[in-house]
Amino acid sequence: MKQSIWGKILILIGAVVGALLVGALLLLIAGANPLVAYRAMLIGPLSSRYGITEALVKATPLLLVGLGIVIAFRSGILNIGGEGQMVIGALAGSACALALPDLPGILLLPMTLLSSFLAGAVWGGIPGWLKARLSVNEILSTIMLNSIALQLVTFMLRGPLIDPQEIAYGTGFPQTAQLPEQSWLPRLIPRTRLHWGFVVALLLAGLVYVFLWRTSLGYRMRAVGAQKEAARYGGIQVENSLVLAMALSGGFAGLAGMVEVLGIHHRLLDGISAGYGFSGIVAALFGQLHPLGTIPAAILFGALTLGADMMQRAVEVPAAIVLTIQGLVVLFVVGSDVLMRRPDFLKRLLGKRMMPIPEETSQEEVPS
Amino acid sequence: MAEEPTPILKMENITKRFPGVLANDHANIEIYPGEVLALLGENGAGKSTLMNVLVGLYRPDEGDIFVRGEHVEIHSPSDAAALGIGMVHQNFMLVPTMTVAENIILGMDGLAFRPDLDKVARRIQEIAEHYNMNVDPYAYIWQLSVGEQQRVEILKLIYRGAEILILDEPTAVLTPQESHELANVLKVMTSEGKSAVFITHKMEEVMEFSHWVRVLRRGRVVDVKKTSETNPQELARLMVGREVLFRLEKEASEPGDVVLELQNVYADNEKGLPALQDVSFTIRQGEILGIAGVAGNGQRQLAEVITGLRKVTGGHIYIQGDEETNHSPLRMIKAGVSHIPADRIGMGAVGDMAVSDNLAMKGYREPPMADGGILHPQLILEFARKMIAAFRIATPSPATHIKFLSGGNIQKAILAREIDACKGLLVAVYPSRGLDVGATESVRKRLLEQRAQGRAVLLISEDLDELITIADRIAVLFEGRVMGIVDSHNADIDALGLMMAGVPKQEAIAETSG
Ligand SMILES: Nc1ncnc2c1ncn2[C@@H]1O[C@H](COP(=O)(O)OP(=O)(O)OP(=O)(O)O)[C@@H](O)[C@H]1O
Ligand SMILES: [Mg+2]
Repeated sequence: MKQSIWGKILILIGAVVGALLVGALLLLIAGANPLVAYRAMLIGPLSSRYGITEALVKATPLLLVGLGIVIAFRSGILNIGGEGQMVIGALAGSACALALPDLPGILLLPMTLLSSFLAGAVWGGIPGWLKARLSVNEILSTIMLNSIALQLVTFMLRGPLIDPQEIAYGTGFPQTAQLPEQSWLPRLIPRTRLHWGFVVALLLAGLVYVFLWRTSLGYRMRAVGAQKEAARYGGIQVENSLVLAMALSGGFAGLAGMVEVLGIHHRLLDGISAGYGFSGIVAALFGQLHPLGTIPAAILFGALTLGADMMQRAVEVPAAIVLTIQGLVVLFVVGSDVLMRRPDFLKRLLGKRMMPIPEETSQEEVPS
Repeated sequence: MAEEPTPILKMENITKRFPGVLANDHANIEIYPGEVLALLGENGAGKSTLMNVLVGLYRPDEGDIFVRGEHVEIHSPSDAAALGIGMVHQNFMLVPTMTVAENIILGMDGLAFRPDLDKVARRIQEIAEHYNMNVDPYAYIWQLSVGEQQRVEILKLIYRGAEILILDEPTAVLTPQESHELANVLKVMTSEGKSAVFITHKMEEVMEFSHWVRVLRRGRVVDVKKTSETNPQELARLMVGREVLFRLEKEASEPGDVVLELQNVYADNEKGLPALQDVSFTIRQGEILGIAGVAGNGQRQLAEVITGLRKVTGGHIYIQGDEETNHSPLRMIKAGVSHIPADRIGMGAVGDMAVSDNLAMKGYREPPMADGGILHPQLILEFARKMIAAFRIATPSPATHIKFLSGGNIQKAILAREIDACKGLLVAVYPSRGLDVGATESVRKRLLEQRAQGRAVLLISEDLDELITIADRIAVLFEGRVMGIVDSHNADIDALGLMMAGVPKQEAIAETSG
């Protein structure tokens, strides 16, 4: 990992350029001008207060989900259930806020956030328990639980929790009533959508770092993640560690869902998870599965998501193309990771007969 | 050397740096057709690194490689294979759920879309017969013993046309019989003009297997000897830089209270077959009980039931008088049991954690390393520094991931942690495996030190000399049963050998004394 920071940035830029070149072909086919499109996409998020704050708005849930992913992956269990945990968290938190409309904000806000965390933790803990006790593959179980959670929320939004006004007016739009105002997360900058949830997420990133690297519980979980057999030998209860990891991971996703509700929408509606449950994984991986590394990664992907939206508006291409370009960027950027860790990879890729370049030796992994 | 034939392989001035270490320092080697070169050196001297450079896993920072007189660049193991160079690593690279034949052709260039596996199997059979190796091409890897897996690795290289075989500590995992078989394979190979590089810490093997010896110290080749013109003592001295005692003084000790007692213990292995049957013995304070036996006769399971890693299916285990049958590993640790496991990289250490974190594995729960669940990194580091100095663990820093240490140094780290944490019983499984002579000597000293301090030690070893030197009594395991327990001061190697082959104690003694 001794590569210079400039080298890394260069590789990153190279990856984005590569993705954009492939994307340009698609744009040309769709009859749009790639230059105009990319101007909107790349300059847009950086060129205005609106762009910058909006990128951070999108980074907030990415970071929260990503932190949970860091905990799970570091503990040796894969959590693909962020989407489900997010909506379950948002559901529990919203229900809590709606049920206690008269509580002062100073009590209501923490209670709502806590209930979303707990609900997410249960939703994540179930696959953790299934894995630990019955060896059920966690990828399957988390994905299954995603569907169950989404259906559950769909039902609640059309039934028990639907906004009474929607029924009164006969519109029947599936959303809850507005949550009591004292529970909202206040805006960080007036006349933007950036809210205190972003600060909360930053603080939690620090907390997760301390938890994983400075507490004996965190030590235990990392040991299990790195080598189960060795952890068991060291007297660690591997099963408990797995369940705890998944519960914490789900808790963070649940929190992400509720922060979206309290910071942006102020009510629960369909599609609140917006794919963050998956893109949070990408952010965490790109952040080297480090809580602090996930911060810039989440902001980067937040900006990319926003840029894609802006591009679509600028050149009016089908949404599918925008999504494809976004996917390409993620693919290239995450793929470039290999080059950062293994600088000689590129050399091998480009052919074996190149002159040997004096390399900054990295810590190569080789059996001894 | 003017009379010598031209070397088939030459490495010149190879230098390889890792962050904080100079692993190879202008090292030179030459290999001649039909000869075996032994590489000898302390743990961390750079033997594995040099060979990894040769097969293209590492790029050297400096130096040149010549194969058959031609200057070559080796960028990957497939480049090396194309030049006829192949390596058997210490941890094998086989796919357990595939058959021998499938593993052997796995990843080969120019395979048909559906390779004719029967043809492959026949070819494997031919090669195996030619070298007197016994291998079933249709067997699955997971069904094979470690020694058999090693044979598959060697066959794989020969099948692919390797002319130069590199074996990194191949005998560390073999039983004595298997080592002899390996020696024979090498003899056939060299008689056909093939060559080999052989890394080992055992002097007898250097004498038995090799034609030339090169001694490495701190990355440099410090001496080259013709095997026929040297002897074990000289080699040990060249390696360590001082005289090495091959004999240790064992002081008399008065065994105290019983620390460990096994009563009629039964246990199964992972396939559900009986691994331990009716095992009973006791160990007292200040006593070392040795367990002799051919690997795979229940030694591992024995260590695991005592450390809580495996459930017994019958019988009782008492530690310091308390029943501890089928308790969790944590309970056993708290009851005072330390464990040096046979599988050091898989079980003894977490490869992707720092040396200091690995050293803290036993102490991280309690003060001083932790307080109310909060770790004290400073104290963990301090402890690590102390252990690194006391046990002379060669590591660039306490923060280095332990997997980057040489095999022997990983073992030293585990040893340091377990000996430091030992509160009553030390279970040591092959503790000197993979250690150089100097380190082996110090491990044995440490075990005797534990004994002198009144700890009970269970020493599982394949090395009868080691058992006779440091154990007080020796129990022989055969197919999971104790064939008898003998006092080590009047133990007879031949009688032990018979017991290891399944002959009960009385008969074995009668037969060898008669
Ligand atoms: N990938 C790596 N990254 C960093 N350091 C390494 C790496 N591989 C080896 N080293 C260091 O290089 C030195 C030489 O290691 P090497 O494995 O070659 O020793 P060795 O002679 O094979 O020892 P042993 O007998 O214990 O196996 C050691 O100090 C080791 O810590
Ligand atoms: Mg080695």
